[in-house]
Amino acid sequence: MGFFSSGFSGRRRPDTPGLPPGQYLTESFPVLSTGPTPRVESDRWRFTIETDTEFVRQWTWDEFLALPAEDVSTDIHCVTSWSKFGTHWRGVSLDTLLDGLDTVDRFAMAHSYGGYTTNLPLADLLGGRAWVAYEFDGEPLAPEHGGPARLLVPHLYFWKSAKWVHGLRLMDDNEPGFWEQNGYHMRGDPFLEQRYW
Amino acid sequence: MSGWRQAVVASVTCETANARTLQIEVPGWEGHAAGQHVDVRVRAEDGYTASRSYSIASSASSTSLSVTVDRLDDGEVSPYLVDVIAPGDHLEIRGPTGGWFVWRPNAEQRPVQLIGGGSGVVPLMSMIRSHGDLADTTPFRLLYAVRSPGLAIFRQELLRRAADPDLAVDWAFSRETPEGWGAPPSRLDLAAVRSAVFPADSGALAYVCGATPFVEAAANWLLDLGYPPTDIRTERYGG
Repeated sequence: MGFFSSGFSGRRRPDTPGLPPGQYLTESFPVLSTGPTPRVESDRWRFTIETDTEFVRQWTWDEFLALPAEDVSTDIHCVTSWSKFGTHWRGVSLDTLLDGLDTVDRFAMAHSYGGYTTNLPLADLLGGRAWVAYEFDGEPLAPEHGGPARLLVPHLYFWKSAKWVHGLRLMDDNEPGFWEQNGYHMRGDPFLEQRYW
Repeated sequence: MSGWRQAVVASVTCETANARTLQIEVPGWEGHAAGQHVDVRVRAEDGYTASRSYSIASSASSTSLSVTVDRLDDGEVSPYLVDVIAPGDHLEIRGPTGGWFVWRPNAEQRPVQLIGGGSGVVPLMSMIRSHGDLADTTPFRLLYAVRSPGLAIFRQELLRRAADPDLAVDWAFSRETPEGWGAPPSRLDLAAVRSAVFPADSGALAYVCGATPFVEAAANWLLDLGYPPTDIRTERYGG
């Protein structure tokens, strides 16, 4: 490699275990979203799962809080290159929400208040790897970070963890969501650096 | 689009004490849309690399790439780009990327309301330059909130471009005003924003860029003024 940026030494943190390629660590919690923070009142909040067979499951806020919840400690990775280690969440596992569902669909589109969408393989939502989270660091999830509730799929880039999520629509074909139509990868594995198309 | 390309700094321009514009030569640069960003990667002599995203400042009509970088005092990359890098130095570029926070000239000529806080003016400047360079007659209005005239990036160019009848520029100074400004510095509030933006019934599309607290506040004021949420596009940076 004959090329370098003259005079740059950087703050090297080589071989940080758990840091995906091209990422840097941050202690803060940056906010990224495409529009205003939606004003979602929890008494009007619903979470809905729709399938191809028109089977619908729906929870109100109170019903949702009554579901078995899990505490999750995880690293998160944003496509804009920051990673944050050791974040603490509480929420309901997608295994719980999808339990017993009879479907041949292999993909899901997450829908959010405000109109945001993101697509995920159903397999990435199962197996104890995805939650609908409503607490961060022991506090109710702040609106700018997706409160009342957001998807939490930390093994994928964080745009997949849709803020203000209000439902999933299961699909037999993989359709692109909002950022996926705007240049981002259909799956978004940070360890494979699947940022863009 | 996923690949890094080697590039060379062609020139550097000081904008303020904290911000500098780098004109970058990227072989085969195919242009960009106003509002997009690029990833910039710098490499130490031993191969260590660090990359960050920066908004493009240049006009979409331009054949070259300029980014304007504001120094984050605890940053790893921005102090190097603002204080050290010089013409002839190498870096790598990936992109341009972003398909949402962009403005393209269009037949509809829907009014465009831009609101920038601090260095959040950079992608908005790309839109203003693109609009001006094309002599596009879409009504543009910029509300630029900044601490002081000295920290206002592109201040002279904005004052000059505001002579364009299709561009209005409103300034909000929170700590220090220009001499003879006629009003004390003050923080933006709903009343000030109301008098400095296109009304909601103009059908304007709004682009808001800055640090998170600023963007949260500005987007909420636009909602209070009746802008539909879907007509407010935001870009945030910082923690």
